[in-house]
Amino acid sequence: MPLHELAAHELHEKLKAREITSVELTQSVYDRISAVERRVQGYITLTKDIAFEQAEVADAGFERGDEMQPLAGIPIAVKDVICTKDVLTTCGSKILHNFISPYDATVMTKIRHQGFVMIGKTNMDEFAMGSSTENSAFKITRNPWNLDTIPGGSSGGSAAVVAADAAICALGSDTGGSIRQPAALCGVVGMKPTYGRVSRYGLVAFASSLDQIGPFSKDVTDCALMLNAICGHDPMDSTSVNRPDTDFTQNLVNGISGIKIGIPKEYFIEGLDADVEARVRDAIEVLRGCGAIIKEISLPHTEYAIATYYIIAPAEASANLARYDGVRFGFRASNAENLIDMYRKTRSQGFGEEVKRRIMLGTYALSSGYYDAYYLKAQKVRTLIKSDFDSAFETVDVIAAPTSPTPAFKVGERTDDPLQMYLSDILTTPASLAGIPAISMPCGLTHSGLPVGLQIIAPAFEENKILRVAYTYEQHTGRHQKKPNL
Amino acid sequence: MATITTEEVKHVAALARLEFNEEDIQQFAHQLARIIDYIGKLNELDTADVPPTSHVLPIRNIVKADAAKPTNRRDDFLEGAPSAQEGYFEVPKVIE
Repeated sequence: MPLHELAAHELHEKLKAREITSVELTQSVYDRISAVERRVQGYITLTKDIAFEQAEVADAGFERGDEMQPLAGIPIAVKDVICTKDVLTTCGSKILHNFISPYDATVMTKIRHQGFVMIGKTNMDEFAMGSSTENSAFKITRNPWNLDTIPGGSSGGSAAVVAADAAICALGSDTGGSIRQPAALCGVVGMKPTYGRVSRYGLVAFASSLDQIGPFSKDVTDCALMLNAICGHDPMDSTSVNRPDTDFTQNLVNGISGIKIGIPKEYFIEGLDADVEARVRDAIEVLRGCGAIIKEISLPHTEYAIATYYIIAPAEASANLARYDGVRFGFRASNAENLIDMYRKTRSQGFGEEVKRRIMLGTYALSSGYYDAYYLKAQKVRTLIKSDFDSAFETVDVIAAPTSPTPAFKVGERTDDPLQMYLSDILTTPASLAGIPAISMPCGLTHSGLPVGLQIIAPAFEENKILRVAYTYEQHTGRHQKKPNL
Repeated sequence: MATITTEEVKHVAALARLEFNEEDIQQFAHQLARIIDYIGKLNELDTADVPPTSHVLPIRNIVKADAAKPTNRRDDFLEGAPSAQEGYFEVPKVIE
């Protein structure tokens, strides 16, 4: 099997045994990129020089017999919303088209410490606003399973390159589903950790009370290894939680006998694709067969999550994106009459349509006379959504549901109707609003050969339960071994 | 159906430091009204006694030690500026 098709934990064994070098592995990934990238369009920037330098450093370490970290020498892609020192960080936006970050995000410092190899920066919806990666200012990423369809979003590039074996793992960010939904649509594993688990320092802000960095991988073991690498307290992020470090690989246990899994009836909604429902129900039966106790539950405020999210996220975004004014970095419009005119022209020419729409929506919701009706109301409903989960977790250990109501849709299919696009996030926004961890993992294909994602949700800081259930499911199905025919 | 007037759209655009042509303003008025309409769904819920959640974590103010650290990287930061002069960001004239 070509090296780029393997998972990080398999490659680590080969690197450690000196069967392969990181330089060979890195070359294998770039060869794969040469073969598929023209069709997939997952990357904004390739960092080949940096990658081979890092690969040589890793190889020297293995050669000397140093104690090497699990991600040492492993080619990893990074969503272009994460600041990478001295490397272009565009957020998929014209307004940052020339922004070379002067510093590293904390997650970058952490994976550098592991000795990883940076393959490149991946395409995304501009400022992570979107569910299809069609809102990038640079290119439209395609789903490796069917090039006429979108890869999901906003981390569509990261999901697509892992699915296409054009990276071994990737980093993404999830505000309302931006890791889980593309992971589901591209048939890879994607995890949004608990809010506060991973430092947001150096993650370009979209909605600060929701944003969270997380991994994409080919299997659950790699997901645990990536979590080990990126989680942990960071004084540079005041919402980073100070908890003792845990080794997530301890939860890669095949066995869920007696674990209670809740199935929320509100997630099996009208409009849920029949194949998606069938695959997820099959997956639940597999879990039952493994000894889990399956229980129907209710999360009664689920239907209000999208409305709540589309007040809170744009409101926070309208404040966060005020910093793009053409003064300190990025794009500046020319021919401005004065300072205010420069702000206006820079922002109007630099932001794309969806970003402007969300800034407008957020500014409207926060504007004088509307605050109580919209933002405060949404924050109150957010409490109700969070309480739904709190009550549910009194009787079950984890919740299992579909990740996305539909498989990948066609490029261009939802771009004319923003509300229709927003509804793609209907099953992922509730966990985001509650700040709790959730994974999406492959659970089979539709009749037309598109991947379906199983979402597993746990209480705050109980990623361990998610990993155990996900690992057990993976061991019983081996479905992660299916690859797209590119 | 909620209505948002073109005047309201212009007011919000001014607050957000954005400018649009007439066609965009019409389209925004329509799209925002549709989204606001959908959001109106939240009024089905009585939230009079529900406290708001601004943040999911039970953390309050985080303070750091008042200690000086070397952070002067002015030249690095100015390197990315669209326009800079003598150690400052340069912008169009503000005061006549």
